[in-house]
Amino acid sequence: MKHLLSGNEAAARGAYEGGVKVCSAYPGTPSTEIFENLPQYKDSLYCEWAPNEKVATEVAIGAALGGVRSLTAMKHVGVNVAADPIFTAAYNGVDKGFVIVSADDPSMHSSQNEQDNRHYARAARLPMVEPSDSQECLDFMKAAFELSEKWRIPVLYRVTTRVCHSKSLVEFSDRQEASYEPFVRNVATRVSTPANAYRNHATVEKKMEEMAEYGNTCPLNKVEMADTKIGVITAGIAYQYAKEAFPEGTSFLKLGLTNPMPMGLVKDFASKVEKLYVIEELDPFMEEQIKAAGIQCVGKELTGLLYELNPQLLKERLFNEKPATKSVAVNPVPRPPVLCPGCPHRGFFYTMSKNKNFVVGGDIGCYTLGCAAPLNALDSVVCMGGGFTVAMGMSKAFEIAGETQKKVFGVVGDSTFFHSGMTGAAEIIYNKGNMIPVVLDNSITGMTGHQDNPGSGYTLQGDIAEAIKIEDVLKSLGYQNVIIVDPQDLKAMQKAVDDALASTVPAAIITRRPCLLIKRIKHDIGQCVVDTDKCIGCKKCLKVGCPAVMMKDGKSSIDPTLCVGCTVCAQVCPVGAISRKE
Amino acid sequence: MSEVKSILLVGVGGQGAILTAKVLVNGLMKAGYDVKMSEVHGMSQRGGSVSTQVRWGEKVYSPLIGDGAADYMVAFEKMEAVRYANFLKPEGVAVINDYEIASATTASGQFQYPEGCLEAMQNTFKTFPLKAGEIAMSLGNPKCMNIVLFGALTHVLGLEQIDWETVIRETVPAKFLDLNLRAYHAGLEAAKAV
Repeated sequence: MKHLLSGNEAAARGAYEGGVKVCSAYPGTPSTEIFENLPQYKDSLYCEWAPNEKVATEVAIGAALGGVRSLTAMKHVGVNVAADPIFTAAYNGVDKGFVIVSADDPSMHSSQNEQDNRHYARAARLPMVEPSDSQECLDFMKAAFELSEKWRIPVLYRVTTRVCHSKSLVEFSDRQEASYEPFVRNVATRVSTPANAYRNHATVEKKMEEMAEYGNTCPLNKVEMADTKIGVITAGIAYQYAKEAFPEGTSFLKLGLTNPMPMGLVKDFASKVEKLYVIEELDPFMEEQIKAAGIQCVGKELTGLLYELNPQLLKERLFNEKPATKSVAVNPVPRPPVLCPGCPHRGFFYTMSKNKNFVVGGDIGCYTLGCAAPLNALDSVVCMGGGFTVAMGMSKAFEIAGETQKKVFGVVGDSTFFHSGMTGAAEIIYNKGNMIPVVLDNSITGMTGHQDNPGSGYTLQGDIAEAIKIEDVLKSLGYQNVIIVDPQDLKAMQKAVDDALASTVPAAIITRRPCLLIKRIKHDIGQCVVDTDKCIGCKKCLKVGCPAVMMKDGKSSIDPTLCVGCTVCAQVCPVGAISRKE
Repeated sequence: MSEVKSILLVGVGGQGAILTAKVLVNGLMKAGYDVKMSEVHGMSQRGGSVSTQVRWGEKVYSPLIGDGAADYMVAFEKMEAVRYANFLKPEGVAVINDYEIASATTASGQFQYPEGCLEAMQNTFKTFPLKAGEIAMSLGNPKCMNIVLFGALTHVLGLEQIDWETVIRETVPAKFLDLNLRAYHAGLEAAKAV
């Protein structure tokens, strides 16, 4: 029987069938569902959310050294966080299979950049597999463990959003237990002192040479020979697009093992076709290597460097076949994502938005949406944990420049605090930052769809965990004045900000209210209504940026299907026209 | 069975497009088609514009389509129909919910919600307009709007070999089964009446 699975569900199934025993990850779209689908197999394996991708990778490396198969998964930018252990793990090698999933996000559906992580495979000397549908997500996961053990090296398993989140039919097999490899001390290769690394570098280069040779016969690389007129070399989701875009009779070399490139196979295929195309999303990763080998091919000059491809785009760019469409006589207006009705972050960002001298360093999470109109309350977003530290840099710049009017705030979420905010909090204390760190604690990892974290009190496997208190961490770092506030109470929120700015000792703010979408909490849901007789149409309520609040016929109006009764709009109404219906 | 068909479900995050796609896909699988479905998670779900694509046929390669490639569209909100209209083939058919949801940019007064979305679609494509919101409300729960639209879609698809009622029974939670079955029939009848 076939199952309709997303690539992520299939990858989890593949890890299970492949005998994985220890799995550690940090959530990040589009990788998150891989680990959300592991607890169903918890009788056979251990899985966890780690505080960040570097920690997760190190735990998985340790497990593979300890003698069992291990897995980590992260979004593309997560690999940046984990890059340090990944590069050296390639040198050190592993004793049991270790797979690193990198889920890239072409078109940035939910990301801050569009980096192509295939480059990591080359830079770190990692073999790389690239599945192109859900069945391959399952099969390649098992193959990746085999490859990892055969060459005693971590394997990069690279997927993209449309592989992760597309569903296609998958056949299951039974789990094959992978035996425990009893631990043996191996200082010479596993301890990366300079002297050992010196030798390990040579070892890893030799492994890459061997694998390049192996790639020429590896079953993950497939030749689909048809006519000799057109040949296409492709991999991953681009294969699926190319299959539909190229005319019937096109021959394909579909690569599943894309690092090291199997150049023997490539040369052989190229020699058999009159015109060679290389079809890949984002960077010319394969194309440059193929051209460097002296093989003529066509690729990025037609397909472009930016964003996702699809069959119609390819047809247009390769063959000038523009699809027929009809235009509609109305133009839609933008519908960007926004903070949900009742989002606890709204009160904080509204408070920030009221003072033009507030400068706010933002971070990655739902609260990135604090940048949207009408709140417009963020001045930078770079990366996870950067909320505190980029703000720290701004505060130093203002200090040096004598800019005394500006008051600097740095924002992270609760999950982000444990991810990489804690080191920033130490930086601010240690180097006497003239700024207020703010933890927006909604008791969950929100944007990625509600994963637990060290502050939430539960583990990925559903067990009760010791919830680490953010205020205890801040206090122990030296914040003598930690102000905890309900951000939905605008007066209290304003007072917290004023008190923190006036504090003579290092101060930090924790805004604490759980995300309304957390299912295990009983929320106080209500309904706000507008008294249109009282409403003066001043539009102050629109300034909170709630999707439930709008103007109708010059008066405020609240959509009852969206409103949850948080009362933030009611608190800003100057005439008391909005009230909560009890 | 060889020709691949493509459908685009569009709306606003939280309107239930993914469940609708799931019912559709389960029916198509039972009928023996190869099926692929593409959706996007993460940031776009937070009240933003969302689209889900479903493709079926004897063998489907790409889960994704581009401009001018959709045979059908189901729009859960009428401005979203306009936003994604470029995906429809010129002869494509649209099932459109005559329902308006303000966007953050219209609610804040930054933009005006455009007039005449539905009419513009009707003037351009073969269209099945439906007041699925009102129909769902009359059935006692606005949340079943998605299955009302789904009922209308099944009329348009005409895949008579598929017993959609059984598929719904097997897909939706038991608690909402009766409501969803009534929603399905109401949508089907409404589309027949267009």
